Amino acid sequence: MGFFVSLQFLFGGHWRTHAAARLLMAGMVFVSLASAQTPSASPDDEKAVPILTGNVGTFSFVTAGQNLIDTQINPVLLVPLGDRWLIESRAEFEGKFQRPLDGGPYQGPVNKHVDYAQLDYIANPHLTVTVGRFLTPFGIFNERLYPVWIRFLQPDPLILPINTAPSDGAMFRGGFPLSSKLNLNYAAYVSAASIGIGSVDSERHVGGRIGVFVPGHRLELGGSWQKTLQDERKNAFGFHMEWQPGKVPLTLRSEFAHSFEGSGYWVEGGYRLSQMTRWQRAMRRTEVVARLQQFHTGEIGGGGDAALGLPSADTREADFGVNYFLRDGLKGIFSYGRQFSSAGNANQWSFGLAYRFLIPLGRVQSAIEPANEAPERHNP
Amino acid sequence: MSQRQSAKTLFALLLWTLTFATCLFGGTGPGRTGSAKEAAASAVVPVIDAVNMRIQGEQRFHANCGRCHAAPEKFPPRMMKTVLRHMRVRATITDEDMHLVLFYMTQ
Repeated sequence: MGFFVSLQFLFGGHWRTHAAARLLMAGMVFVSLASAQTPSASPDDEKAVPILTGNVGTFSFVTAGQNLIDTQINPVLLVPLGDRWLIESRAEFEGKFQRPLDGGPYQGPVNKHVDYAQLDYIANPHLTVTVGRFLTPFGIFNERLYPVWIRFLQPDPLILPINTAPSDGAMFRGGFPLSSKLNLNYAAYVSAASIGIGSVDSERHVGGRIGVFVPGHRLELGGSWQKTLQDERKNAFGFHMEWQPGKVPLTLRSEFAHSFEGSGYWVEGGYRLSQMTRWQRAMRRTEVVARLQQFHTGEIGGGGDAALGLPSADTREADFGVNYFLRDGLKGIFSYGRQFSSAGNANQWSFGLAYRFLIPLGRVQSAIEPANEAPERHNP
Repeated sequence: MSQRQSAKTLFALLLWTLTFATCLFGGTGPGRTGSAKEAAASAVVPVIDAVNMRIQGEQRFHANCGRCHAAPEKFPPRMMKTVLRHMRVRATITDEDMHLVLFYMTQ
């Protein structure tokens, strides 16, 4: 508006037809278009800062009438070094408290161990080399879905202990596009026997996982293989799937595993109620989840299954639950499950809170001023 | 051939395949692992490209990250860069996806 008033002042009432005014306007349009082309800062040039992240959770698991209070904190330390290196480590502190059968206060052990402590080197866009203690990439739950703020249902899948003991050794992994419609991801690893970090022993094994991801359909399919190089020296294999149909806020996942210790599968789904027309604000934060799973005992026997955390008899289980996201990183959970086993059927209720935190361990203020914010800061 | 020998042979074969693939494809893709010259060239992003990158970044975010967890709030670029390097390793997302998601999450 001020621009047109100035033109009128300069050229009187005929400014619209004045050649100089036209030229001036054209110049202004050019300048404004040129300023739209002014480069903005790229986040790629920021220096990565060390971070302490992780999650905290407290849950009650009521199984066959017996209450177990599970409180855990899983801090994750991320230290980037230069552009290609990353040190990452996760520890787990988990207290499992139960009232003794003959009465008395809640009591129980507090487990402490290092889940992973690894050094990653991004060699090129197709390869990352990892050394140290790392999560064994057998299936997807152990690596991607384990944190309490991520998982749909808090009880572990029955087959989770199969071939997911931590690995101490080296791993090659990466993901890259095979074409514009297909990505490939892989991991190949070798683990030595425990080198004594933490309270969970690793074992001597080699293995790998490969997956293809179709971004257009949000579908991932993959398989895992592992060969134990100690004791029974058995092969194990598994398959995984993850799919998000495009038109509904639904996520479907599944894993199958077969090994000496046993075999089984789980299929789970999570549906966000964001498409509901009523109580939209609350519905957007609500997720309905369900899991079906089955486990068949293997050849391990002799109490080995119980030591690993596997059921001692063939088991089927169905779980249903609701997650409510109170705010970013904080969710309340509730679920009910029914377990059918030759050792006895049981109900399993769970409820609690899971929270993800993220704390920078250094200066986070940007060294590069965002282009669209700079004028405001200079004109208070 | 014993089981132990066959496992060793298999693993050696796997290592060789990976090394070969790395030599074959290494350096052909885009990314931060390029030269300092490339890094300097990518220091600024024209606004028109930025709009496309933001749209693509959002798509890649939902395709890759949204499969496992809900969208987190946006953090400062220095934090997001660390988080995405961690997720690149953990979730084996591609180099290109990482850069686009980083761009989207820091705008």
